[in-house]
Amino acid sequence: MDSKRRDFLKIAGLSAIAGLAVPSAFNTLLKGEAIASEHGEAAAAAGGHGAAAAKTGKRYGMVIDVKKFTENPGLADKCVSVCHTIHNVPDFGNKKDEIKWIWVDSFKHVFPDDSSQYKQPEGLNSLPILTLCNHCDNPPCVRACPTQATFRSKDGIVGMDYHRCIGCRFCMAACPYGARSFNWRDPRGKDANGQPFIKAENPKFPTRMRGVVEKCNFCTERLAIGQIPACVEAAAQSKALVFGDLNDPNSEISQVLKTTFTIQRKPSAGTHPSLFYII
Amino acid sequence: MIEKALKGSTGYWLWMLFLLSIMGVGGLCYVQQFNYGLGITGMSRDVTWGIYISQFTFLVGVAAGGLMLVLPYYLHNYKAFGRIVILGEFMAIAAIAMCLMFIIADLGQPMRAMNVLLHPTPHSMLFWDMIVLNGYLFLNILCGWVVLQSEYKGIKYPKWIKPFIYLSIPWAISIHTVTAFLYCGLPGRHFWLTAILAPRFLASAFAAGPALLMVIAMILKRTTKFDVGREAQDKLVTIIGYAALLNFFFLGTEFFVAYYSQIPGHMHTLDYLYWGLGHGDEVFNNLVPFMRASVIMGLAGIGLIFVSRAKQSDGLLVISCLLIFFSFWIDKGLGLVLGGFVPNMLDQVTEYYPSVQELGITAAIWATGFFILSILYKVAISVKLENEA
Repeated sequence: MDSKRRDFLKIAGLSAIAGLAVPSAFNTLLKGEAIASEHGEAAAAAGGHGAAAAKTGKRYGMVIDVKKFTENPGLADKCVSVCHTIHNVPDFGNKKDEIKWIWVDSFKHVFPDDSSQYKQPEGLNSLPILTLCNHCDNPPCVRACPTQATFRSKDGIVGMDYHRCIGCRFCMAACPYGARSFNWRDPRGKDANGQPFIKAENPKFPTRMRGVVEKCNFCTERLAIGQIPACVEAAAQSKALVFGDLNDPNSEISQVLKTTFTIQRKPSAGTHPSLFYII
Repeated sequence: MIEKALKGSTGYWLWMLFLLSIMGVGGLCYVQQFNYGLGITGMSRDVTWGIYISQFTFLVGVAAGGLMLVLPYYLHNYKAFGRIVILGEFMAIAAIAMCLMFIIADLGQPMRAMNVLLHPTPHSMLFWDMIVLNGYLFLNILCGWVVLQSEYKGIKYPKWIKPFIYLSIPWAISIHTVTAFLYCGLPGRHFWLTAILAPRFLASAFAAGPALLMVIAMILKRTTKFDVGREAQDKLVTIIGYAALLNFFFLGTEFFVAYYSQIPGHMHTLDYLYWGLGHGDEVFNNLVPFMRASVIMGLAGIGLIFVSRAKQSDGLLVISCLLIFFSFWIDKGLGLVLGGFVPNMLDQVTEYYPSVQELGITAAIWATGFFILSILYKVAISVKLENEA
């Protein structure tokens, strides 16, 4: 083969690759940009710099009424245990390997920026607060994930594909709320005494495998069949948790948020959480 | 050309055997990790990245450091680097190979690594990191090998390689910039959330990479007839010295911003790394001795490296380069990644200690890197010496 022909083939091959790759790369990038600008315009229309955009379709959210949890000791633990039971969350019995979807922590840890006030009500910093994934409107974990194994659905729920996750834990570094857990060891295994890490397996929900990240899924599997999240159901009597569609002005949660002052975790991170707290 | 790596002195073979034995032991550790899971490491729910990712971060810098030789030689036609530029390119190959191994060692599901390609995700910085690292590996293999092969044949390198060499220059910047972007784009991690991170990464890279190269060049000078030359040596001192100074200047700006603004989130990690972080009744300070040693070694190294040039002392040069290299290894290969996790997102503190298996795997990956490096350098130096003979 003479050198001219070889050069031609080289150039032709390179152009073909470029021709295929460049437009698709641009498309992917532009798609991302389109979402961003749409968000910006909507925010502007809603009259705000950074104001939450009113959107069509469902966006699930939750109000956590801490006062009601204080009135009902043991209720928070009930919420935690029912969630971890139905979702086959393993218990390794140590902090290092710990996996948790929903848990109780003190006010100063859940709201670290709000706990350094000069004077504040007595006992506030140690007030127990229920905490879980915030299902952010602008989730940093989804931005960081290199495989789209974690994703935001149209209804606002940030979900996980356990079969796609490569276990790089970038999402765990990215989450500003420490809501994510990693399977450091096989959750389907047993401890030294032969006790399984998943005490009573729920056959209706998948167990996970070693080496993937997991977190609260807002009970998307229950929502799909018309049920409310398990923790909300467990707290139904006291109405300590209000769950519903933030985009529906007539929903119970919208009514509560219209009339009650609530706070959110780390609003300065720009994540727009779907969780609201009444302290 | 590769056959040059198969002929060597007893010393060469003993060195390779030594590396192979570390690789073997580390390989066994990896089998354990593969079967048990990453729980075998010291990482936890709070400190989710450990020594693997911190080594990865540091080694990206070592790879990018090759730029400090390629740029003067090819772009500015600085002839004195003629003998050493190939060492820079080959060092980049070994360093990137280590980076990729550290990433794989850190994955919970290494068999799924290809998912990054199967589901390309441009909004993830890890996706771009994969592209720039593999691209840089490819460019260095191509440029290094083609240029050396031409030298082997006694001809000038072909013209078509030039665009690839020019491309490798901005590409070297990109690998460390994107690696910094892995960290500095995360809301909530104040220690990492700083625009100076990428520039600081580059400054430390341009010191640590050439410093390691200089140490190896001095060893080669003693053990073989290969001498990079006095002029190249002196020029590298300037590069290493000023890059190291820039790194400390950038570090100083971090201190100013944190402690003058008095914003707690900005101060916490620096407290933890350099003074000890008081938290409740406890003080957490397991990295303090390392970080302080890093500052002392780095500053001493900078001073000594200029003295070594004034005195034309190779011994002093090696010591100062080692000081700078280990200073930046601690700074980036330890403090930067581990510090970012303290305190955690809920203002709690968990300290991290690597496990024995984790250290074994880490040592094995370093040994593999040096194994690759030794083969490449053996070939390069044999060709160079043969040509001159």
